[in-house]
Amino acid sequence: MSTQPTVISDANIPWELPSRGRVGMFCLISAESAIFTIFVVAYLFYVGKSLTGPMPKDVLHAPIFFTICLLSSSLTIHLAIKALKRAKVGSFALWWFFTLALGATFLFGTAREWHHLIYDEGLIIQTNLFGTTYYSLVGLHAFHVTVGLLAITTVLLFALFGYVREEHAERVDVLALYWHFVDAVWVVVFTVVYVVGR
Amino acid sequence: MRITGFSNRRARLAVPALVLLCVPVTALADPTGGSLSPTNIFAPVSTPAHSIFGLSLFVLAVTAAIFAIVFSLLVYCVLKFGKPTADDGREPPQVYGSNQVELAWTVIPVLVVVVLFLATARVLVGIQTAAQPRNAIQVIAIGHQFWWEYRYPGLKVVTANELHVPVSDPADPSPTFITLLSADTDHSFWVPRLGGKTDLIPNHPNSMWFDPQQTGLYLGQCAQYCGTQHAKMLLRVYVQSRQDFDHWVAQQSQPAQTSTTVSEGQRIFETTACINCHAVTGTVAEGRFGPDLTHLMSRETIASGVAPNTPENLRLWIQNPAAIKPASKMPAMGLSDHQLDAVTAYLTTLQ
Amino acid sequence: MATDAISTFRPDTVSLPLVARLHDWVTTVDHKRLGILYIVYALVFLIIGGIEAAIMRIQLIRPHNNFVSPDVFNRMFTMHGTTMIFFVVMPMLFGFANYLIPLMIGARDMAFPRLNAFSFWLTAFGGILLYFSFLGANGLYGAGNAPDVGWFAYAPLTSRTFSLGHSTDFWTFSLLVSGFGSIGTAINIIATVFCLRCPGMTLARMPLFAWLNLVMAVLVILAVSPLSAAQIMLAVDRYLGGHFFDTQAGGSAVIWMHFFWIFGHPEVYVLVIPAFAFVSEIVPVFSRKAIFGYPVMVAATVCIAFISMSVWAHHMFTVGMSANVNTFFVLSTMAIAVPTGIKIFNWLATMWGGKIHFKTPMLFCIGFLFQFLIAGLTGIMLSAAPFTWHLGNSYFVVAHFHYVIVGGILFATFGAFYYWFPKMSGKKYHEPLGKLHFWLFIIGFHLTFDFMHIPGLLGMPRRIYTYEPGRGWDTLNLIATIGVFFQAAAILVFVANLLWSYFHGDTAGSDPWDAWTLEWSISSPPPVYNFATIPEVRSRRPLWDRKHPEDPDWKYE
Repeated sequence: MSTQPTVISDANIPWELPSRGRVGMFCLISAESAIFTIFVVAYLFYVGKSLTGPMPKDVLHAPIFFTICLLSSSLTIHLAIKALKRAKVGSFALWWFFTLALGATFLFGTAREWHHLIYDEGLIIQTNLFGTTYYSLVGLHAFHVTVGLLAITTVLLFALFGYVREEHAERVDVLALYWHFVDAVWVVVFTVVYVVGR
Repeated sequence: MRITGFSNRRARLAVPALVLLCVPVTALADPTGGSLSPTNIFAPVSTPAHSIFGLSLFVLAVTAAIFAIVFSLLVYCVLKFGKPTADDGREPPQVYGSNQVELAWTVIPVLVVVVLFLATARVLVGIQTAAQPRNAIQVIAIGHQFWWEYRYPGLKVVTANELHVPVSDPADPSPTFITLLSADTDHSFWVPRLGGKTDLIPNHPNSMWFDPQQTGLYLGQCAQYCGTQHAKMLLRVYVQSRQDFDHWVAQQSQPAQTSTTVSEGQRIFETTACINCHAVTGTVAEGRFGPDLTHLMSRETIASGVAPNTPENLRLWIQNPAAIKPASKMPAMGLSDHQLDAVTAYLTTLQ
Repeated sequence: MATDAISTFRPDTVSLPLVARLHDWVTTVDHKRLGILYIVYALVFLIIGGIEAAIMRIQLIRPHNNFVSPDVFNRMFTMHGTTMIFFVVMPMLFGFANYLIPLMIGARDMAFPRLNAFSFWLTAFGGILLYFSFLGANGLYGAGNAPDVGWFAYAPLTSRTFSLGHSTDFWTFSLLVSGFGSIGTAINIIATVFCLRCPGMTLARMPLFAWLNLVMAVLVILAVSPLSAAQIMLAVDRYLGGHFFDTQAGGSAVIWMHFFWIFGHPEVYVLVIPAFAFVSEIVPVFSRKAIFGYPVMVAATVCIAFISMSVWAHHMFTVGMSANVNTFFVLSTMAIAVPTGIKIFNWLATMWGGKIHFKTPMLFCIGFLFQFLIAGLTGIMLSAAPFTWHLGNSYFVVAHFHYVIVGGILFATFGAFYYWFPKMSGKKYHEPLGKLHFWLFIIGFHLTFDFMHIPGLLGMPRRIYTYEPGRGWDTLNLIATIGVFFQAAAILVFVANLLWSYFHGDTAGSDPWDAWTLEWSISSPPPVYNFATIPEVRSRRPLWDRKHPEDPDWKYE
């Protein structure tokens, strides 16, 4: 059978399809959202049902500063991409570094909070339902932050060695999408754990 | 239009298939009361079971009608629109769709669904929100791996595996309301002729009720996979006349009939690990992990319906439970022959 | 091998040494090869899962049988269910999707070829991990072996207390791993369909196969993720002392059920929608008519996917939810019957007025229509919750879902095998053997699964390694077991046909069925690059337009 193309009458209309990177990342974000939803549902379901042990209102202190850090990193990553699209590679690297620093600060904050909870308040996964659900939900988010930071570090290294250029803006934007998702999840987790759940 | 020989064969399959599908309802509905099977869901003897039976007939009728219509259309298509043997190779008229037809076969199913839903909701709510009359019998059923514990809190009766309830007169119902709990994993209480099943889930109390209108023994078994011996967690419900039931209750609420001297069997029972799991009211035995044995000999079976309650089976059960129900939680007690005889003799005094 | 002039599929590989050819297959990122790998993998596990089923049916052939011990039986039903769903049907459907979607939309490969390969190997590893449990699961106390907690692994049976050893962990981790593989494939399918269609192929001109697999992929993303989450929670319970499902600490066994069935119900639509896709491609070609009501078929499928996310608790009608909650799930479950019925009517309307060619693919599709109709109707019976208070967890439900999966999905899949075998291998299969497969299998299927409904109506629960005599179940179980042997014989005929035809079949040519979608416009098997020139299309049936230039589809769409 020949493969001669059939002429289409609307051949003048340009054939534009979405970029596969963005579609793929949206799908990944949807899947991850579903996973987080289940952990959030479990957290909310078990609020107030622990039989023993420290209760949220006794031990939880809302990490406002670290939350501001994480949410600001969404802004810095956005600025980084904007710079890269204008071929300002140096500016890109700077904002990108700030994103990494802010994200790392957030992780440090989580680590500090957990250290306090474990050693000073005696709250671990085994303690009670609150312990199980809290560490699982916040830990799952922290894991995603970590993965994001590893990817951001890799890109930063590439940038420092001069491998990142204007034409890579779209690919880096896909990673930024992931990072925005991680921040959005934190908004939800923060609300559920430190506002509603107390 | 010529039809290929092959499609005739499919037609010949169609008729027996239709007949086969009508068989279950007509053959299984059992007005003679469970003679086809003691666990036939179409032989109800209690209000919830009757209610479900009525709904099921309605649902079956609707689905049978839908099947008849759609199946006939399929058979007609297969018979009428086969490629004729003298085919001219031209394609048939291409029909891409029809909005009216699509609308028709959307609206009609929606109406069918509405009717089915309303009928179902009525039965569902009726059973789940039934009020408890004042002379209802209260039972607490606790599921264990792999036996049933029954407590009658108002009547101070604790027993195992064989549930006794009074028959209920439709004019003045005396239903049995059961609270369902579990000591370990999920189980499910299903005695088909008395009603649908309800699960026993730890940390999640459930309740069910039935009001059997005929005396007799009704069978069932655990219907939620609970481990190795799930298949042998059988249910036996004895529906008795009010008089017989009261007599049974009176007998069951007595402490164990012990003689003044402690028999050798009783001594062995009370000094080995037996009392860790078993209770005999009126003695030092107060274990709760296994069935209460106070009136063991009043039961027809042991091991939750698996074996008849005879001294031989009792002895075998104590010696080697795996011979009757492998992987049950009863350990082989490691008693000598003489000890076994003594303990069995003691147990047979627990009337 | 095919001598079609256009076939240029690696003529040099024929003379390469075996190691090099194996290396080619193991490192491939070509969607066609990965598709075949998925399909062969699934066929191997189909046979293994079938053996597990045969063992169970032999044990149940008479009451108080002792062909296998209770422990072995319990492992058999767990492994059979887990294998068939995760390592047979899902890989099989992913394999066909992988192979066919790029060809049908005029693309050269899937959107992410390396992710494609990674997803396949994740799934493959998951299956091997699960089966390694037969050898490796013995825990500290010598307990454990293959998992025996049932394929839906209800808590608290899966807790450390009741599931000693590591058998449950093998269940958890093998599905977690293959679940990530499934999500990867789903991402790939969605990206491919949205981003790689050839010019002129708007979403409204895509073959229904591509549409339905797109919907399936969206469901995978939304449904498999909750299962992964629940399994992570189970692992936290079992390994880190968590209390997600620990009823002693105030946890809930019911919440596992909710999480599992939020996965489990959409999962069955993940399984059946690609089967709908097969039927939607085969029935029109063998009726010589366009599919009736293309837009309605798409809309109905999207509706089904949407509603399927809201029916999950109909698997939990006996769990003790309130009357209001039960009533809601009755309504949503009954509602999903409407778009499903619409699809059946549309397939019938496609056949209506056509010229039906009763070749093997079409025979299997007719079988599908008959059996899926019955399966849907028993589903409606089950949607009436009080009826499910009897029928749930009984052999009626087992018969119902096997009717859907074997009578529906597997029949449609066999149809797909026969339909696309010429395209994938370049050879025609042996038609009389195909028909023998069909008749043997349909007889065996009905013997087993028709008669399986009745013990459920007579009170027989599921997952029991033996049953009591005198309950009216004996003869029915015997008949059900006999059917297994017909089905086994049919599968042997099927595999023999595939192998014989691959080596000795007649050349198929690029378009043996005179079909209308793009995969039939290239050689059989296709060249590694699929299309020498990316096609441009103007309607849903580009090859119909080429073959009927006087009466093309785009005049009517």
